[in-house]
Amino acid sequence: MKNIPVSALIGLFFTALYFLGAIFAPLLAPYGMAEVVGDVWEPSSADYLLGTDNIGRDLLSRMIYGGRTTIFIATVATIISFTTGSILGIFAAVAGGWVDQTLSRFVDLIMSIPTLIFALVVLSVTPVTVPMLILVMGLLDSTRVFRLARAVAVDIEVMDFVEAARLRGERTVWIIFREILPNALSPLVAEMGLRFIFMVLFVSTLSFLGLGVQPPEADWGGIVKENKDGIVYGIPAALIPAFAIATLAISVNLVADWVLNRTTSLKGGRG
Amino acid sequence: MSEPLLKVRDLKIGATVYPPGEKPHDIEIVHGVSFDLMPGKVLGLIGESGAGKSTIGLSSMAYGRGGVKITGGEVWVNGRDILQSKLSDIRKLRGGEVTYVSQSAAASFNPAKPIMEQVVEAAVEQGKFSRKNAEARARALFDKLGLPDPDNIGERYPHQVSGGQLQRCMTALALCPEPDLVVFDEPTTALDVTTQIDVLMAIKEAIRDTGVAALYITHDLAVVAQVSDDIMVLRQGETVEYGPVNQIINEPQEEYTQALVSVRSIDHEEKAPTEEPVLSARNVTARYSGTKFDVLHNVNVDLYPGQTLAVVGESGSGKSTLARVITGLLPPREGDIQFAGRTLSPDFKNRTREDLRELQMIYQMADVAMNPRQTVGTIIGRPLEFYFGLRGAEKRKRIQELLDEIELGDGFIDRYPAELSGGQKQRVCIARALAAKPKVIICDEVTSALDPLVADGILKLLLNLQKIEDVAYLFITHDLATVKAISDNIAVMYKGKVQRYGGKTEVLSPPFDDYTDLLLSSVPEMKLGWLEEVIANRKMESAGN
Repeated sequence: MKNIPVSALIGLFFTALYFLGAIFAPLLAPYGMAEVVGDVWEPSSADYLLGTDNIGRDLLSRMIYGGRTTIFIATVATIISFTTGSILGIFAAVAGGWVDQTLSRFVDLIMSIPTLIFALVVLSVTPVTVPMLILVMGLLDSTRVFRLARAVAVDIEVMDFVEAARLRGERTVWIIFREILPNALSPLVAEMGLRFIFMVLFVSTLSFLGLGVQPPEADWGGIVKENKDGIVYGIPAALIPAFAIATLAISVNLVADWVLNRTTSLKGGRG
Repeated sequence: MSEPLLKVRDLKIGATVYPPGEKPHDIEIVHGVSFDLMPGKVLGLIGESGAGKSTIGLSSMAYGRGGVKITGGEVWVNGRDILQSKLSDIRKLRGGEVTYVSQSAAASFNPAKPIMEQVVEAAVEQGKFSRKNAEARARALFDKLGLPDPDNIGERYPHQVSGGQLQRCMTALALCPEPDLVVFDEPTTALDVTTQIDVLMAIKEAIRDTGVAALYITHDLAVVAQVSDDIMVLRQGETVEYGPVNQIINEPQEEYTQALVSVRSIDHEEKAPTEEPVLSARNVTARYSGTKFDVLHNVNVDLYPGQTLAVVGESGSGKSTLARVITGLLPPREGDIQFAGRTLSPDFKNRTREDLRELQMIYQMADVAMNPRQTVGTIIGRPLEFYFGLRGAEKRKRIQELLDEIELGDGFIDRYPAELSGGQKQRVCIARALAAKPKVIICDEVTSALDPLVADGILKLLLNLQKIEDVAYLFITHDLATVKAISDNIAVMYKGKVQRYGGKTEVLSPPFDDYTDLLLSSVPEMKLGWLEEVIANRKMESAGN
């Protein structure tokens, strides 16, 4: 861990900052999330560090709580997408034949429909609750992970040690979890960072369109939506969550780049 | 005596290493090597992998591959110290005065261009010949190297000629600009023995007729003895012994050279067959799905308990396919596999756990035969746990016993495969197979990826284990010296058929059929003048020609 490049250090610092902020939100936020404390769109002052929003709630408190919601949803959705995607992907590679064909073509079918439109259609007919949101996002995104996991696994699957395990009589579950998954983990973990950011953007987009997190719950996409009209009057409130999304995306990417560099390097990583 | 063509003095070569978790640092890989090469002479550089032989060869073109740098010493070619020369001068040298023949011609030719274009490129580029003259010279060289249809073969693409022919085209490429020195870097290592001998003869004659000097790099002392005037034995970047070929082969001074000369001299007494074979293939015919021809035709072989059956043949003879049929990875089209008195299911998925346990396999590439994310303990322990239900301390004790058996004492159990040498990896694979207490182990070219001395150790270990554990080996190899060292019975395979089959002495004594004769006579012997003798006495041409 000695030779962490500066870019990765910056990334790690800001990512940690956002995650800690999300975890300790109730302790950090000066006011309640939905508490109306002042006038509409007050400028920043000693009382309200970032000013107030379109109905007079403290913007800093809402940003902190909103970050908590956004990061929570993105994290859980990423976990769902990774578990289903990678396990099914490796399973398809190991099973081969018609199992592989059915799964892969089904995934192709889902991927041929733009994800955002698909999500909008599904969410407009189902009740928009946080678990539902997470499930839809996770499952839709798992198609991408499926492709990556399958591609990595078919390369590993033809190695002699997998053949040796087969000839030993091992079951498919053992082959997936003990022989292939540990060797496929590094590219998957690196990809995970990138997918997390797509999730943040995805949930923010949905909230901005009104099909994501529902008021009075706060999330960054929703805060942009609530305050977007202020931009016309020169009120910067909508830009603050946008800025938060951008910095989080950049810092997680910096970390993911570093992980990817380490794990794909021929000179170490896989040792 | 004239001046040496190539004079190397105290050559030092270094490289930067990047060990995981440490700062990159420089190491020295060649520690002060010196030699002279007279015009028209051949110097053999020999050593195991990592000895620095290719690195030294490339330094005669003032080139370091990858991160390799020449850090000290002098390299004089035709009276100029090329390490002090300007890059533009070195460019004139490379491909003009000094040329290079690489190990894998298939990987070095551009598959998108016809052979002729690539053969004449350097000669034309260097301004030595006009395009027309260069092509005429190339055709003369093709003829001299014994390539079929020398006038037109240049129009073909690299994939349209065989591996042995391509290697000869590459030799023509190197000789085309009339160089003073050719560096041959393991030119025959990737070829079958029967093809190797043709290429070797072609190279030898070409060197003699064109009067060019050569550096011949190889790990096979028997091969280098056929073509060189002098030999330099290298180990870990240092000269072990340097002298005329006659002295090195017949009176080696250093212990290491003596070991290299006497390698593969294991004595193994043939055992008489017992009445009941433990494994037999009966009338096996097989083909790969989606193809229209049989890879195996009506193969019948028997393996007796506690004995070794060697299956020999060139690449493409179907010997590995036979292993796949026996293990059940490729169900045969006809015939069946008898194992300890019962018929095995053709597909391994339908075999019982006992069937699978009693038939184990060791692979050619130990690197990919072990999961890089598992420790040695896990790798060897898994069969113990899977077949015998051993756990905890009991399992660890048995793993340690197995590690002792393969002569890797303490401290190996928690290592990862990346922390082992090639020979140690293969030993761990042997232990994994033994852990299942099998009746039969299939060894698929288990020594061909190893250096000769290491391979020798593995063979001795296998013979020893056979005595202790009473296990039978089905030993697949293309190397006849290995066969002589280890087998009780031999099956010679050619184009998917068993050409000759029987006890070791019977198979290896005359009268031979033509193919067995070719195969046997092609194994390089550590004897001067062997090459000419063999070529003169041959009955048939190798399949690769």
